[in-house]
Amino acid sequence: MLVFVVRRVIQTIPVVIGVTILVFSLIHLIPGDPAVILSGENAPKEQVERMRERLGLNDPIPVQYLTYMGNLIQGDLGQSVRSSRPVWDEIKGRIWTTMQLAIYSTILSIFIGIIAGVISAVRKYGFYDTSFMVIALFGLSMPGFWLGLMLIKLFAVDLMFFPPSGWGTWQQAVLPVITLGTGGAAIIARMTRSSMLDVINQDYIRTARAKGLKERVVIYQHALKNALIPVVTVIGIQIGFLMSGAIIAETVFAINGMGRFAIAAILARDFPIVQGTVLVFALIFIFANLVVDLSYRYLNKRIELN
Amino acid sequence: MVIMNESTPSSPEIAAKVAKPEAGWRLTYRRLKRNKAALYGGYFILFLVLVSIIGPYLTGYDPFQVDYSTKLVTPSAEHWFGTDHHGRDIFTRIIHGMSITLYIGFSSVMLGMLVGVPMGIISGYYGKTIDAVMMRIVDILLAFPGMLLAIALASVFGGSINSIIIAVGIWSVSHFARVARGSTLAVKGLEYIDAIRALGASDGRIIYLHILPNIVSPIIVQATLRIAISILIAAALSFLGLGAQPPTPEWGAMLSAGRNYLFDYPHVALYPGLAITIVVLAFNIFGDGIRDAFDPR
Repeated sequence: MLVFVVRRVIQTIPVVIGVTILVFSLIHLIPGDPAVILSGENAPKEQVERMRERLGLNDPIPVQYLTYMGNLIQGDLGQSVRSSRPVWDEIKGRIWTTMQLAIYSTILSIFIGIIAGVISAVRKYGFYDTSFMVIALFGLSMPGFWLGLMLIKLFAVDLMFFPPSGWGTWQQAVLPVITLGTGGAAIIARMTRSSMLDVINQDYIRTARAKGLKERVVIYQHALKNALIPVVTVIGIQIGFLMSGAIIAETVFAINGMGRFAIAAILARDFPIVQGTVLVFALIFIFANLVVDLSYRYLNKRIELN
Repeated sequence: MVIMNESTPSSPEIAAKVAKPEAGWRLTYRRLKRNKAALYGGYFILFLVLVSIIGPYLTGYDPFQVDYSTKLVTPSAEHWFGTDHHGRDIFTRIIHGMSITLYIGFSSVMLGMLVGVPMGIISGYYGKTIDAVMMRIVDILLAFPGMLLAIALASVFGGSINSIIIAVGIWSVSHFARVARGSTLAVKGLEYIDAIRALGASDGRIIYLHILPNIVSPIIVQATLRIAISILIAAALSFLGLGAQPPTPEWGAMLSAGRNYLFDYPHVALYPGLAITIVVLAFNIFGDGIRDAFDPR
């Protein structure tokens, strides 16, 4: 196990380096002169030159990348071109909000997804199965931002159960978490169902039943344990969708998190902020996937080291 | 080796016939026909394509004509889905937006497929260094959570329909590459591929005649389901202001405008979202159906 952990951690290093290269390149992928774009179309020449100097755009690109990496290792993500404040200081306070939103939504989607999936598999083609799978299909097909707006209209404006925006109290968390968790719950429910159906037909389940075990014990202790293994991988992928979905939920519910901040920066063409937020998002995701992978390995000891 | 005379076709040709997926296609179609939901999903997609082509000629309003005398009218017999803040008929705009949505969905998936599938096949077929390099590239692309890569790319290319196609397309490259690589590896391991190679078939011939026809089905399944996701992501980008810009009748952009009137005129945001849901639902149902048809378990 330890060997596996070390190997898996080493494997992420080239990916992390690749991600930094891609994030670094973003500014150079913009059509046109980045210095002109960042200082504004009509900016005077001196201002453009100052911007070029400030971002080190006069150096050869490999040198720029090394400078960027050197700063990164020291925790320096550059400065906002609008507010001139360090990018890290701007992002720092917002990370936790986004993380909370993503974590709560993940928990909600795992909880609902697994329960609905198990019930659907046990009662295959029954009323609950059909209803859950139709709902899941809708959950998969609805745009999150639309669901969020409709929830605001219904539960915040008309019924006044929950506040329409903000973050901090549990009431404020309800609607964004439902908005964000729905898609994930749908996918996890479908995955749990099909995985459960695979497992239920296996010999050892028949043996367990033949031994005279109660159906509940067979389902929850024998079947579910194995059925959840492939579900774990799906959860890993879902974390990514939840993190990027947080960008949308934060925009819809006016939550002051990292995602909404990133969108505002994109619209203001504040590229150092864009680069910083994208990098932080990617690093958190890589870390989350590492954790998922390791727990997958832990759950399924049959997987051989390749 | 057997003696070949003029009347017997050479062995690679026999093998090519064997590998031809025609019987497979017929079988697949029969299975698809049995899956009613999938079949209707497919018909519904055809209907949507038809609507996107002839629909704009049938609605009685101009999707761009601003008329403040009919501003924010609620749904009625005259304006089925009501009008927006510029007095434009929402039903008409949704019909006009259909072709944009389908265009974005099909083209971005096509782009992802045209780049990703060859990448995956080459990776899986040749293995070794080229495989390692390509798969690291795929890993890096997949290290950006969900639609974040598309958002980052859209921020670079600026807001337009073509820029979201490129952004969403690049994002799906990695997914197609993975599917194509996995399927290629599975086919490559089969004995008959070794046999054909022993008969002297070139790599190009093996890939084109023997690998490609055998990996088509997982790629089609992937493509159908990716169209659904791509439409959702593209609409989200436009909603965030990174994609289609007003006054384009793109559904995500319409929804974004409708946000400001949510409290009193929810119909402005309701219908574009419903339209997105229905189109995505059609592709999801159809995708599920052909997946079951290709890979019955």
